[in-house]
Amino acid sequence: MDHVAALLLELGLLFLGLSALGLLARRLGLSPIPFILLAALAVGEGGVVPLANATPFLEAAAEIGVVLLLLTLGLEFSSTELFTSLRRHTPSGLVDLLLNGPPGFVAGLLLGLPWQGALALAGVTYISSSGIIARLLGDLGRLANRETPAVLSVLVLEDLAMALFLPLLVVALAGQGPMSAVAGVGLAVGAVLVVLLAAQRHGHRLGRLLSHDDDEQVMLRLIGLTLLVAGAAQAMGASAAVGAFLVGLALPASFAERARAILGPLRDLFAATFFVAFGLATDPAAILPVLPAALALAAVTTVTKIGTGWFAAKRDGVAVPGRLRAGTALVARGEFSIVIAGLAVAAGIPAVGPVATGYVLVLAVSGPVLTRFVEPLTGRMLRRAAPV
Amino acid sequence: MELEETLLPGVGVRYQMRTRSGQVLGIVVQREGGAEIAVFDRRDPDQARETFRLDAEEVDALAEVLGAPRLTQRFADLSREVPGLESARITVREGSPFAGRTLGDTRARTLTGCSVVAIVRGADVVPSPSPGDPLSAGDVLVAIGSAAGLEQLDRRLAGRE
Repeated sequence: MDHVAALLLELGLLFLGLSALGLLARRLGLSPIPFILLAALAVGEGGVVPLANATPFLEAAAEIGVVLLLLTLGLEFSSTELFTSLRRHTPSGLVDLLLNGPPGFVAGLLLGLPWQGALALAGVTYISSSGIIARLLGDLGRLANRETPAVLSVLVLEDLAMALFLPLLVVALAGQGPMSAVAGVGLAVGAVLVVLLAAQRHGHRLGRLLSHDDDEQVMLRLIGLTLLVAGAAQAMGASAAVGAFLVGLALPASFAERARAILGPLRDLFAATFFVAFGLATDPAAILPVLPAALALAAVTTVTKIGTGWFAAKRDGVAVPGRLRAGTALVARGEFSIVIAGLAVAAGIPAVGPVATGYVLVLAVSGPVLTRFVEPLTGRMLRRAAPV
Repeated sequence: MELEETLLPGVGVRYQMRTRSGQVLGIVVQREGGAEIAVFDRRDPDQARETFRLDAEEVDALAEVLGAPRLTQRFADLSREVPGLESARITVREGSPFAGRTLGDTRARTLTGCSVVAIVRGADVVPSPSPGDPLSAGDVLVAIGSAAGLEQLDRRLAGRE
């Protein structure tokens, strides 16, 4: 069989498999991410379907997947939403960071990772999955709930923190001294602020530059610009992901909606290949030994995320049942934890991969289940407190 | 009556209103154009108990039933996203030179750069009116344009320019 035939067959099987997994996940009301990870662990070298020919393609597609994930993350919220969240929910964002980052860092050190790996693990435990949570809130009919603005604001602040954390991590992983890490963060903060301010004043110009009646034109221009900026960011020693995120931020809200619609399917395709590539790069045998640690970490950071949601909802004057809903809704970790772990693995700390994989497998499933389960529970609490 | 407005990052805007009869109504206007209307739980006033999901078309139908304010709100949102663009509701007053003439006669777009996006006539709304649509005293024009252009249009409609 020639190479092209083998490549196409492998990719065809892969995408059909992903489709079946997505269907299964949807049926169960869960995120497809853990299913894709599990499947990717099962295939690959020595697996059921060896993906030898597709691996180089998957690696390149995974890079594009990260870029598109971060681009659409930047498109997700406007600078107005960001500033509103900052004004109202900065304390919640700080509590989030202080409660959920350190457990990952400490666990990383306990597992014998270098401090850079521990830092990556701190990011893995800190960042909730906005993708899983936003969909979950919609599915459960909670968008109108009083605690929902607090939940979404925490997610926005996490996304902002990601923009600052990723360059910090990339600099740290590059193995340079702490001074260059500080400089890298300074640069990142400056760049994010400049882009946000410029977007508020001149964002519509960029939108006009990219917009066209034809969807194809919009897609090509947007992807072209994003890959250029991402590549330039990577070349300057920042991260391609950060560059893509900044492009997303800079686009005006009026254009972002169309961009999201056009990019959505493409993002889903490449993001799926990213999860597959990450799963392929992780040795399944390495997960078992660290599974107890991942489970313990998941347990601890479930509690700390519930604390975060509790605190954020309480600031909005929400009562106990709503605080529990907010807290449990935030537990799910997913795509961005994998993005962070992927950076660490690529930078030569492969030990982060198995822990992060186990951790995300557990929390991407248990988070949504937990917040579903908390609803009848609080209902029972209320009935006991105030019999009708 | 108090209409509380909260931004839902990534989703849209959430409105909450306690009616005079004591019911709490929640409305989530989604960015994609759909909306959810929620009635809250009596025991847990933070939780939406019953939610109606409306798609963009149904939202428009409902908005038409409920009247023009919704339309103006949307133009206000639109102008907020585009710096330098504002919207205004300009009344065609009694004695205006354009009462009884057509929208095209005002030459609003040519002379002031403003677009008239709707004519509100009592409970009726004429969305995206054409130049041939007649104007009468008491009509309210929903226009978007620059602040200066809107002022100019207002003066022009009053016959002062």
